[in-house]
Amino acid sequence: MFDFSIITNWFNNLLIGCMPEWAAVLIECVVIGVLVLLTYTVLALFYILYERKLCAWFQCRLGPMRVGPWGLLQVFADMFKILIKELISLKGTDKFLFKLAPYIIITSSVVMLACLPWGRGLQIIDYNIGIFFVLAVSSVGVLGILLAGWSSNNKYTLIGAMRSGAQMISYELSLGLALMSIIVLAGTMNINDLVWAQDKCWFIFQGHIPAIIAFIIYVIAATAETNRGPFDLPEAEHELTAGYHTEYSGIHFGFFYLAEYLNLFIVSGIASLMFLGGWMPLHIPGWDGFNAVMNWIPGIVWFLAKAFFISYVIIWFKWTFPRVRIDQLLAFEWKYMMPFALANLVLMAVCVAFGLTF
Amino acid sequence: MAVNIKSMKREDFKDNEYIDALVEELNATGANVAVGKLDQLINWGISNSLWPLCFGTSCCAIEFMCLGAARYDMARFGFEVARNSPRQADYIMVQGTIVHKMAPALVRLYEQLAEPKYVIACGGCAVSGGPFKKSYCVVDGVDKIIPVDVYIPGCPPRPEAMFYGLMQLQRKIKVQKFFGGVNRQQKIQDFFRQHPEDAGEY
Amino acid sequence: MNVKETISRICPSVSFEEGECLLVVVPETDWYPLAKQLKENPDLDFDVLSAVVGMDWKDSLGVVYYLTSTSHNWEMISVKVAVTDRENPMIHSVSDLWKVANFQEREVFDFYGIKFINHPDMRRMFLRNDWKGFPLRKDYDANPALNPIPVDDEKHEDETVKYVEDADGNVKEVRGKVFEENDYVVNIGPQHPSTHGVMRFRASLDGEVIKKVDVVSGYIHRGIEKLCESLGYPQILHFTDRMDYMSAHQNRHCLCMCIEKAMGIVVPERAQVIRTMMDELMRISSHLLSFGCTAMDLGATTAFFYGFREREMVLDIFEKTCGARMSMNYNVIGGVMADLHPDFVKDVKALIEIMPERLKEYHTVFTGNIIAQNRLKGVGMLSKEDAINYDITGPSGRGSNWSNDCRKKHPYAAYDRVEFDEVLETGCDSFARYMVRMREIEQSCRILAQLVDNIPEGDIRAQVPKVVKLPAGHWYAQVEASRGTFGVYIESDGSKNPYRVHFQSPCFNLIGVMDLTCTGHMIADLITIGAALDFVIPDIDR
Repeated sequence: MFDFSIITNWFNNLLIGCMPEWAAVLIECVVIGVLVLLTYTVLALFYILYERKLCAWFQCRLGPMRVGPWGLLQVFADMFKILIKELISLKGTDKFLFKLAPYIIITSSVVMLACLPWGRGLQIIDYNIGIFFVLAVSSVGVLGILLAGWSSNNKYTLIGAMRSGAQMISYELSLGLALMSIIVLAGTMNINDLVWAQDKCWFIFQGHIPAIIAFIIYVIAATAETNRGPFDLPEAEHELTAGYHTEYSGIHFGFFYLAEYLNLFIVSGIASLMFLGGWMPLHIPGWDGFNAVMNWIPGIVWFLAKAFFISYVIIWFKWTFPRVRIDQLLAFEWKYMMPFALANLVLMAVCVAFGLTF
Repeated sequence: MAVNIKSMKREDFKDNEYIDALVEELNATGANVAVGKLDQLINWGISNSLWPLCFGTSCCAIEFMCLGAARYDMARFGFEVARNSPRQADYIMVQGTIVHKMAPALVRLYEQLAEPKYVIACGGCAVSGGPFKKSYCVVDGVDKIIPVDVYIPGCPPRPEAMFYGLMQLQRKIKVQKFFGGVNRQQKIQDFFRQHPEDAGEY
Repeated sequence: MNVKETISRICPSVSFEEGECLLVVVPETDWYPLAKQLKENPDLDFDVLSAVVGMDWKDSLGVVYYLTSTSHNWEMISVKVAVTDRENPMIHSVSDLWKVANFQEREVFDFYGIKFINHPDMRRMFLRNDWKGFPLRKDYDANPALNPIPVDDEKHEDETVKYVEDADGNVKEVRGKVFEENDYVVNIGPQHPSTHGVMRFRASLDGEVIKKVDVVSGYIHRGIEKLCESLGYPQILHFTDRMDYMSAHQNRHCLCMCIEKAMGIVVPERAQVIRTMMDELMRISSHLLSFGCTAMDLGATTAFFYGFREREMVLDIFEKTCGARMSMNYNVIGGVMADLHPDFVKDVKALIEIMPERLKEYHTVFTGNIIAQNRLKGVGMLSKEDAINYDITGPSGRGSNWSNDCRKKHPYAAYDRVEFDEVLETGCDSFARYMVRMREIEQSCRILAQLVDNIPEGDIRAQVPKVVKLPAGHWYAQVEASRGTFGVYIESDGSKNPYRVHFQSPCFNLIGVMDLTCTGHMIADLITIGAALDFVIPDIDR
C-alpha cells in the first residue's frame, strides 16, 4: 500500500526548511482548507449527478443526457445557475439566524468530511476519539436545520424543523449504538487504528452476526440522519413544499442541497470505515496471493468504491419506498430500532468477551 | 451573432429571423448582447438548468407530468428538478386557466421567484383565455398580469410542443446579459418606492 | 305504494309535473317538512341527494333537487322549490338531512344569491367574497369594470354567516368565524404539489394532528355553466372534456346522451360500442394516473413512472383514433366524431394483454410495501352511511362498500350486454379506495376484451339536424365517470341555446368529506386521503 504520509512529510519538511514553523503550519492549513473545500464541491456535484442518473435508471428513463457527454456537465450548469440566483431577503424573518443556518449545516458536514480516512496517511484530522468526534459534529447539523426552520417565519418550515429535530435526535441513538458495537469489537475510537484493525479482515466479517445487525441498523439510522427517503419528512415535498428550506433561494439553498448530498457521502464513508474496512483492501486470511493482488488497487479507490456502493443502496431506498409518517417514524425508532441496537450491543460485548469473533 | 443551443439544431427552429432580429435590435440600441465570455458561461449555466416550479391548474399539468415521465423525459435536458418552493425555481410554466380568484396568487408566486426568472404561458387558456375567454371570471391571457417570455399554444400542448417552448426559452436566455443587464438593486428600490409600507425594514 | 300518492298525502300543497322522472313542485314553506319525510319515511326513503340545481326562471328563483332512493331500485324524483323574491330570496336548507347539500347549497348561493335558512356556513363557494352580483342570474351585469381582475388577496376570508330561523319563523343573520381565535391554521394551496391542482385547504392543527379542515374552492372556477347558456348545443360539448380531463370521454358521453334523450335520437349500435370502449379506456388511463399520483404523494416516486408508462399506451390509442392525447373531443351528438383507426383493435388487444402482469408489478412495487400499507390502511375512514349521505359515488364510495355503479344500476350504451363485476371493498379507508381503482382496471380490461372483437359494422353517427334544437323541457342524464356518477341537467326553452346547463360532478362531493375524513389524522394523512379520494380540481370548480 502506498503511504501518502511520505508526500505530506516531504511537503512539511520542505516548508519548514525555508520558513519559521508557524508560517509553515499556516500555509499547510490554507492548502488543506482549499483541498477540502474543492473535494467537497466536486464530490457533492458528483453525487447530484449520481443520484439523478440512478433515479432515472430506476424509473426507465435516461436522466441528464444533453449537457456535456452523457449529461456530465449538467451539474456544473446547475452550479453556475445557483451561484447567480438572487438571494431573497424576507420580511419578518430573523435575518441573522436565517443567514447563519446554511453555514452551520455546511460547516458541520465539511468538518465531518475532514475526518474520513481516504487512504493510508491520507487523513486530515486524526484524534484518538475520532469516531466520537464525528458523531458529535454530526449533531451540530440538526441545529442548522432547526434554525433554518424557525428563522424563516413560515409554518411549513417550522413543522419541517420540528420534525427534523425529533427525527435526527431519535435516530442518532441507534446510529451511535450501532457504531458502539463496532467500537467494542475494535477497542479503539481512533480512525486510523480502526482501519488498521481491519487489516486481517473487515469488521463486518470479524464481528459476524452482531456486526451484520449493527450494519443494518446503521444504514437505516443513517438514512434517517441524512433526511433521505423514506425518512425525508423534514423536507417532505408533497406535504411541506420544501420543508425547512422552503424560504431559501440562491446559494443558501445551494448549501442545503450540497450538504444533503455530501452528508450522504459522509454516512456512507463512515459505514465503509466502520464495517467495510475504510481504505483497507479486501483481505482474506491465508490467501496471500489474493491479498497481494488486492493491495495493488489504491486505497482511495477502495474507500470511494465502498462509499459509493452504500450510497447506492441508500439512494435505492429513497426511490423505491413511500414516505413514513412522523408517528410511525418515531415509533419505529423507539419501539424497535433502539431496543434492538441495545440488545445487539450486549450481544457484541458477549462475543468479544468470550472471543467468539474472527 | 447566431444564437445556438445544444438541444436543437438552429435550422430546425421555424423562427430564426425572430431571434436574429431581436439580437440585431438589442445590439443597435446599444445593449450589447452577451458578448463577454463570463456572460456566455453564465447563460450556458442558466439555459441548461431550468428548474420549473410545480404549478398546474388543469389539463396542461397532466401533459407536463407526461413530459417528466419516461417517454418524454425532460431530465435529459436537465429540466426535471421541479421545485415546489418558488424561491428555488427558475421559471413558472402556467399550465391552465387562470381565473380571477387565482390571479393574486399567481402574481405572488411570480414575485416570489428569485431572479433571473422566466414565465412560459402554456396552453390556450394561459395564452389567451382559450375556450373560456368570454367567461365572467377568467383572465384572458396571463400576460395581462405577469410578463411572459414564451407562449406555447395548444389545448393542451403536446409534450413535444412543450419541449419546443423550452428550447425557445433557452435561446432567449442565450441573448440575455447578466452583467449590467438585470439590475436587481434598481428593481428593489423601485419596488420600495411603490410600496413604502414595506420599506421600513430595509 | 305509489310515490306520487304518498307525497300528496304527506303534503297536500304539492303539484306534480310528469316528465322524464316525476317532478314535484312544492311551495317553499312546505319544503323542509316534505324533505324530512322524503328522507325518513320508509315508503319513500330517498336517501341520496343526487343533484342540486339552482335556477333562475326570470319571474322566480329556485332550486331543483334530484333525489334517488337506493332501496327502491334507484328510483329518481325531482323536486322544484321556487321563490319570487329576487332581492332577498330564501329557501330552507336541507344540509342537515343530506350532508352533501352543504356545499351544493353554497354553490347555489354563489351563483344565484339564494340564502339557505339554517345552513351552517353560508359563504360563497367558488367566487371571491368581494364579488359583485350573482353570475348565473339572467339579469347579471357582466360589465368587467364591476369585477376587475383583483390584485390583492381576499379580505375577511375567515368570516362566515348563518341565517337562523327562530321558533316564530323570523330569520336573523348570525355572523361567526370559521376558525377559533387561537387555532394554528396551516394553509395548504392553492399552489401546492399535492392538491392535484389549485385546491386550497386550511387546516387547523394541534401539533401535527388536524382539528378541522376548511375547503376553499374556486381557484379554477371558469364559469362553464354560464358560458354554455350563450352557445349552441354542439358548441358546449367541448367544455366537458376540460372539466374532469381524466374522464373526458365519459363526461362528453353524458352530455351527448342527455341531448340525444331530449331530441329522441337513436344512436347507432357501432357508436354505442365505440363509446363504451372509449369510456373504459379512459377509466384505465384515469386509474393509472390515480395510482401514480397516490404513489407520488406518498413519496414513492418510481411507482408514478411505472403507471405513466402504461398510460402512454392508452394515450396512443386515443391519439390514433381521436387525434389528440388529451381533450379528445370525440363524442358528438348522435354518435362519435370519427371512425376507429385500423390499429385500434390491435392496440387494445396489446393493452389488455399486458395489463395483468403490469398490475402485478404495481402491487409488487407499491401496494405490497409495508410503509404504503401502513400509510393507507385505517386512514380516512368513511362509513357506508356517510358515503350515502355525502353522495360519494364512484371508486371512493365503493371503497366504503356502497354499491352505486351507474353502469349496473341503469345501464346505458353497451353496458347491458357485457359482463363485469362491480368492484366493492369493505375497508372504508384509503386503502380500500385505492384497491377499488386497481381492481377496476381489471374489470375495464374485461369489458374491453368482450367488446374488442365484437364491434358491429354500421354508421358511427345518427342523422342529426344541422341546427340542434331541444324541445322545451328539462332532462337529467347520468353516467359512471372515472371518479363517480357524473350528471348533466339541461333545461331548454325550445331555442338553439340551452336555458340552463348544470354539471353534477362527482369530485365536488368528494371535497365535502375532507373535513370528516381528515379530522383526527395527521397533516401527512391529509395528503394521503386527498390522493385516495382522487379529486380533479377543474371538475370541482367547473
